[in-house]
Amino acid sequence: MGMLLGGGLFASALSFFYPVLRYLVPPRLTDMGGDTVVAGKVGELRPNSGKIFRFGSRPGLLMLGSDGQYRALSATCTHLSCTVQYRGDLRQVWCACHNGMYDLAGRNLSGPPPRPLEQYDVHVRGDEIIVSRRREA
Amino acid sequence: MAPLARVRNWLDERFGWDELLAPLRHKTVPIHRYSYWYFLGGITLFLFGVQVCTGILLLLYYRPSANEAFESVQYLMTQVKFGWLVRSVHSWAANLMILTAFLHMFSVVFLRAYRKPRELTWVSGMLLLFLAMGFGFSGYLLPWNTLAFFATKVGTDIAGQVPFVGHRTMIFLRGGEEVTGATLSRFFGFHVAVLPGLTTLLVGVHLLLIQRFGISVPARIEPEWRELPQEKREMRFFPSFLLRELMAWYIALGVLGALAAFSPWGLGTKADPFAPAPAGIKPEWYFLFMFQTLKLIPAKLGLLDGEVVGILTFSLAGLIWLLVPFLDGTKRTQRLVTGAAMFVVAYMGMMTAYGYVAK
Repeated sequence: MGMLLGGGLFASALSFFYPVLRYLVPPRLTDMGGDTVVAGKVGELRPNSGKIFRFGSRPGLLMLGSDGQYRALSATCTHLSCTVQYRGDLRQVWCACHNGMYDLAGRNLSGPPPRPLEQYDVHVRGDEIIVSRRREA
Repeated sequence: MAPLARVRNWLDERFGWDELLAPLRHKTVPIHRYSYWYFLGGITLFLFGVQVCTGILLLLYYRPSANEAFESVQYLMTQVKFGWLVRSVHSWAANLMILTAFLHMFSVVFLRAYRKPRELTWVSGMLLLFLAMGFGFSGYLLPWNTLAFFATKVGTDIAGQVPFVGHRTMIFLRGGEEVTGATLSRFFGFHVAVLPGLTTLLVGVHLLLIQRFGISVPARIEPEWRELPQEKREMRFFPSFLLRELMAWYIALGVLGALAAFSPWGLGTKADPFAPAPAGIKPEWYFLFMFQTLKLIPAKLGLLDGEVVGILTFSLAGLIWLLVPFLDGTKRTQRLVTGAAMFVVAYMGMMTAYGYVAK
């Protein structure tokens, strides 16, 4: 009798809490941004400057170096997810939140970031700058 | 019969009003050289009341969506009569409440008011402090400005670093992988429904425990009073201490009003999820010591990421702090607890100051 009552109560509690717990976890969204985006127009950036662009639901960083070469990285700092920026005076990528530094290839140089930033491929097609995620070899 | 006395009689006939108030009448407050520390808990409670009242007023205009939150606060501050004041009082009272809660906590530690039988009073108080910080963290995002956006990004990412449960916790807090309008909706829900409910419940428990055990006599005073019982002095809680407490509330209200009026709380710029974090970004002062520590920890400590080590150390320190009454037994551990508390005060103070001056 006790087991029946206990089991019933347990089942009731489970049937109540399970939907609540599932409700609290948001549905997984598919990133509709794809693996390739137009990050900007040619001529939009001055040499030795950078801009943030939308890469799906996350920010990316497009830079035009003094050498005239475009580079693109994920703009999400690998330390605690702040959005990084290009510092023309240092010619490096900087995270203002915890003073993390990366080079133009995304390698973490100093400060707390534990990993490099993800590198993206950049192609110029007409007057558009196309950034795409690197395919794993 | 005077109208007030008639009301009182009416209540007494039906509810036994006098009997209900009897414990309050018998309650006393010890008088000694540290008595002024007793006001801090009451002031914290008063500021919580201010938060509830001003929070309700803000709710009349605030709109909790990423597209409208900033604009609704801007409208409230620029178009609504005294809107700027209501918001400024709410923000300043939040900060003062955390400050007085911290001071109350440290006074309890240094006077060792947490000792038997008040262990659970301490635990409930500590949980209330965590809730107050939760209020601060969730409320900070609601105006949807740049500083708040990045503070939330960093704060929720910190939660995400905890091994095993971190990522799930982060998703739960953010309402997804990123800080978006979904995060704002959740934080609004936490701030105006979940946290107030839990806090009201815990405040009730905290006050009930204080009522049950009475007000603690500091560990240093107790032996003095045992030796010289004629030195022992007490004051009736009702009305003697309560009137003094009301004076303290009045002073707190004066300080709050002055701060809110002469240093109105700013709004900043609207959050742009696709803009870089601005230079000089810092969290609220009560998170600054942790923020600064995380800034100084190297990227790698052995096999672990520096931030993970930092976050786990803070979590462990918080847990030990919560359990202080259960660790304080012998003379040696008492000295250890006092020493640790002095270190914590010095560390928090220095790191906070460093956080303010550091670039």
